[in-house]
Amino acid sequence: MDIELLTQILFAAIKTGTPLLLVALGEVICEKSGILNLGQEGMMLMGAVVGFMAVVATGSLGMGILGAVLIGSLMSLLFGFLVIHIGANQVATGLALTIFGTGLSAFIGSGVVGQTIQGFKQLPIPYLVDIPVIGPALFNHDILVYSAVLACFILAWIVNKTRIGLTLKAVGENPHAANAIGIKVLRVRYLAVMFGGAMAGLGGAYMSLVYTPMWVENITAGRGWIALALVVFASWRIGNIALGAYLFGMASILHLVLQGLGWSISPNLLAMLPYVATVVVMVIISADHFKEKLLAPRSLGKPFDPRQMA
Amino acid sequence: MEIQKRKEPSTLMTFLSPVMAIVLTLIFGSILFLALDKSPLQALHVLLIQPLSDAYNISEMLVKMGPLLLCAVGLSLCYRANLWNIGAEGQLLAGALGGSAMALALIEFDSPLALVATLVAGILSGMVWAAIPTFLRLRFNSNLILTTIMFNYIALYLLVWAVHGPLRDPDGFGFPESALFSDATTLPVLADFGRVHLGVLFAFLAAIGAWIVLSKTHLGFQIRVLGADEPAARYAGFNSRRISWFVMLVAGGLAGLAGVAEVAGPIGQLTPVVSPGYGYSAIIVAYLGRLHPMGAIIAAIFLAVLYMGGDLAQIEMGIPIAVVGMFQGTLLFFLLACDFLINHRITFTKSSFKG
Repeated sequence: MDIELLTQILFAAIKTGTPLLLVALGEVICEKSGILNLGQEGMMLMGAVVGFMAVVATGSLGMGILGAVLIGSLMSLLFGFLVIHIGANQVATGLALTIFGTGLSAFIGSGVVGQTIQGFKQLPIPYLVDIPVIGPALFNHDILVYSAVLACFILAWIVNKTRIGLTLKAVGENPHAANAIGIKVLRVRYLAVMFGGAMAGLGGAYMSLVYTPMWVENITAGRGWIALALVVFASWRIGNIALGAYLFGMASILHLVLQGLGWSISPNLLAMLPYVATVVVMVIISADHFKEKLLAPRSLGKPFDPRQMA
Repeated sequence: MEIQKRKEPSTLMTFLSPVMAIVLTLIFGSILFLALDKSPLQALHVLLIQPLSDAYNISEMLVKMGPLLLCAVGLSLCYRANLWNIGAEGQLLAGALGGSAMALALIEFDSPLALVATLVAGILSGMVWAAIPTFLRLRFNSNLILTTIMFNYIALYLLVWAVHGPLRDPDGFGFPESALFSDATTLPVLADFGRVHLGVLFAFLAAIGAWIVLSKTHLGFQIRVLGADEPAARYAGFNSRRISWFVMLVAGGLAGLAGVAEVAGPIGQLTPVVSPGYGYSAIIVAYLGRLHPMGAIIAAIFLAVLYMGGDLAQIEMGIPIAVVGMFQGTLLFFLLACDFLINHRITFTKSSFKG
């Protein structure tokens, strides 16, 4: 395998991992507050289609990002209302959000299928990009890739070092105790859910504005689900999420690697790899039941009603 | 306005909730059609009435109802036992793939047994596709939702690979399609006015069978207890692993049957697109039917009408076919919201009006 190819593989792995990273970062904050939102795939799709339509309409990529973030948080608000306010089953509601987003995105996007836009340009970082091999692979990306990395650091700092992070974790670990010391549990959960939605919208926009860039039905192809698995894989730790996202990115572009090694395998079989990898990772992680229980936010998936104190 | 928790779940609301959800969905849809400059009345007529307007349309509707019902019956059993099997789509595709392999292997074999073998191969393939996530769940405690969804994608790519590779028709000019199945491996058509085939009958039988198991047998009782109150089931000494295996394998088998009935029925060969997402829609059917096999029949007919209506709306009014998925998603959402009323009561007191 030559060096040129190695650079290409690294470059592609980071690009492919970025949407997973964005979505998983949103979901981990949401889960830390005790809410499991299985609607990531639906919110991603809505973010992708609304972002794309906004760019088609206005010609501005900024408007596309804004639209995607707004629609993502709006969708999550719908979810939040049902599970936080009404206490609906989080699993069923999340699934409904995905089915709803899949259907609605296909419907409103049917007019822009096949249209093309000018996606985000690459922004090489001066000097760093000139480093051999890793320079062009790591420092020649679009603004969203850099933002995702930056978001990791900021979120890790907020979660681990600030009062906001402490509040968030208190709500997720023990909402009753948090409520008792005066934390507005429902408000914290709403905000966490909306952050998750905004990030999912952004992750979707990455698909339609950068990765392809165009809109087709189901453009996310299960990435929302893979991001959910990623959060478990990362044991709800933000540093691990970044690592996991780029590893999954690597798994998704393995056909490039195998090509480099001179193997020829049907692209349809290789397309299975990220999904197979997700299953394998899930099995390895959850086999240690005790560890998973220990690491997951304690109140994950359980509704909290401040009117009924336990 | 005041919200109170009911002491007992309301039976009336359990049945009224799907009706309310459908009405709300239609209102939402009408607003959307207005926004698109289409007449809502005409659109709803094409979507909901026209599919039932003549014998041919009804038979086409039944052809779409078959796989929806088969998948939904299995899912209802799983959800009753609190097993979140989202894998009906993959199990359906596995059934289509396994059944096709058998049908193509027996293409020269002119006997009714060939059809039986094809159907059995489809059912077994669906069961295998359900068995893997079940095993991973019971042995390694892996998340059933995520594994079944991943297996949906894996089945899809496996099928696409097969239809481009080993199962492709050698005389098909390179098109990604298998050879046409022989008459012996094709499901007989039941009526001369349409394409209603034996698979549709299987779907009704499956629903009735599941209903009998669920309501009349000890196993069905165990399933219901396990779903409603797991500690109680454990205390009663029910074998939850055995129950899990049972519902998952039944669900996989039925979805597999749905898949093989598509390729050996209306399609007649293996193609890259076997299902327009029946396995996912079946989740909505199961919920809309209140996780009851008989309810699933009514719900499957409703969703089949919608599928059929979607086709007609695209042809006659230029409404994108995706309207079907949009309606389905909205329906499930409204349903979950309306289900709030099963366990809660909203009362309007005087004080709330004083404001």
